Amino acid sequence: MAVTAGPAEAMPRVEARGVGLRAGLVTLVFLVAAVAIGLAVGPIHIGVGSILRSALSYVPGLPVHQPLDALDRAVLWQVRAPRVALAGLVGGMLAVAGASYQGVFRNPLADPYLLGVAGGAGLGATLAIVYAASAAAGSNWTVPLAAFGGAIAAVAATYVLGRSAGAVHTTGALVLAGVTVATFTAAVQTFVQQRHTDVLQSVYSWLLGGFSTATWSDVAVCAPYVAVSSLVLVLHRRVLDVLSLGDDEASSLGVDVSRARFAIVVAATLGTAAAVSVSGLIAFVGIIVPHTIRLLVSTSYRAVVPLSLAAGAGFLVLTDVLARTILSPAELPIGVVTAFFGAPFFAVVLRTSRGIR
Amino acid sequence: MIETRDLWVRFGPVAAVRGLSFRAEPGGWTALIGPNGAGKTSALRALAGLAAYEGEVLLDGRDVRRLGRRAVARLVAFVPQKPETPPALTVAEYVLLGRTPHIPYFGGESRHDREAAASALRRLELERFAERPLGSLSGGELQRAVLARALAQEAPVLLLDEPTTALDLGRQQLVLELVDALRGDGLTVVTTMHDLTLAGQYAERLILLDEGSVVAEGAAAEVLSAPNVAAHYGANVHVVSNEAGVFILPVRAR
Repeated sequence: MAVTAGPAEAMPRVEARGVGLRAGLVTLVFLVAAVAIGLAVGPIHIGVGSILRSALSYVPGLPVHQPLDALDRAVLWQVRAPRVALAGLVGGMLAVAGASYQGVFRNPLADPYLLGVAGGAGLGATLAIVYAASAAAGSNWTVPLAAFGGAIAAVAATYVLGRSAGAVHTTGALVLAGVTVATFTAAVQTFVQQRHTDVLQSVYSWLLGGFSTATWSDVAVCAPYVAVSSLVLVLHRRVLDVLSLGDDEASSLGVDVSRARFAIVVAATLGTAAAVSVSGLIAFVGIIVPHTIRLLVSTSYRAVVPLSLAAGAGFLVLTDVLARTILSPAELPIGVVTAFFGAPFFAVVLRTSRGIR
Repeated sequence: MIETRDLWVRFGPVAAVRGLSFRAEPGGWTALIGPNGAGKTSALRALAGLAAYEGEVLLDGRDVRRLGRRAVARLVAFVPQKPETPPALTVAEYVLLGRTPHIPYFGGESRHDREAAASALRRLELERFAERPLGSLSGGELQRAVLARALAQEAPVLLLDEPTTALDLGRQQLVLELVDALRGDGLTVVTTMHDLTLAGQYAERLILLDEGSVVAEGAAAEVLSAPNVAAHYGANVHVVSNEAGVFILPVRAR
């Protein structure tokens, strides 16, 4: 067959799909609606109009009167708003970290806890609850700090172990190292729990996760990590597409694969550790959300990463509404709600995603 | 132009390539041949900067080790034997990824990048496949998409590891004709090849490797002799040589 350059006018349209206007708008509307529902729904119903006017009344120079009385205002801005904000930050972070982990490990089942974040945070929190709390030395921040430190230490251990086992060349060694570290931390955590059955209840409720005690200071502590981490991950969205070609090809396209992978893992881990330390372990968000985007929009990380961030935030805000309203005034642990809806959803993903990576 | 001087590739105590030296000129096609485990792929991977090596690899006379990874990627395009082709990616998106060495790390494609990818698609007659997901292509179409991605890289050196594996006879010829046309554009082509007859017909120079060492080098008529094939492949063959080329025919030993 003869190969000749075709006529100049037959130039094919070459574009990367990216987020796209429609998917972007739909996700934005979903997020805004979730936030509105999160602020409006509760034992005291507050209308969306009142919420908007109340918010605007704080803007200096605008002639808007505060429509809410002191109690409603306190409920809205001191109880619900920080809770919605924190759920949004944590949901967005877990989803974007999950998407990035799936890209970097080229494994659709990878979640943000893959490299030992969950085990490390769980162990750190358990130790803090058992020893610091019983010694009455703990402040409100002891448990989150211990969880954060435990998570970072566990992932660092995974990385060191993985590298020594050859993870420079294969991601398999890193994942195996993660399993090893997670198993070890789980063993230590179970041992400590068994020795201190009196705190079992509070360890358990921390592990299941939730936002019932969310305050603005939780938001302030978590937000910078989430902002920086998700910015780094969103900036890597095209690099994640290149990495989907495998280490060899990405490398032959000029990408320093181990450095890119390290940057992505560090960003995802820091953000996840910060999220876990203020919310406990919330399963499945990091898997459900990115896979939904893949099924509905595109498998390109240019779409998956930014959309996961927004959709994950909206998803966890809505899940939190369910967690606090289904059995109101009692609260379900949010981990139970995400898993209850996540497991059947995940079954569907597994059935339909053959061939999708 | 790509050149190696005394190239060694080692895996622990085992040397996969032992002192390979050759030079490939623009518009030339060099084929690395040899039995399984001879070191063909290791040599090619070293040329692509994917395997650690001793000795020198020079691109236009410059030591590859002194060039950055991105600079090398602008000069050398590499297609592995089994390229990773994410099934949901469209052909256009896949080919566009070939522009990576020209795009800033955190940046997006420029107009020029999109045009280069479009002209690579056109060069391989893939215009009407541009919006199709890779998973929907046949083996031959997929191999063309992979070549288009390498071509979009706009690198003067093209390294192909077994470009015709898993293709039927007609598709093999098609792909090799395409590669031949590309070297007509001035590309330096280095391939590894299993099929000796095809290697002899397309590459103007063959390098026969056995256990990492060069055991024969030159035009098809010199390298593809029955004694060479018997000694290094352990194969019993009948060699037919005429004006159409050199043909290696396996003969069952009795």
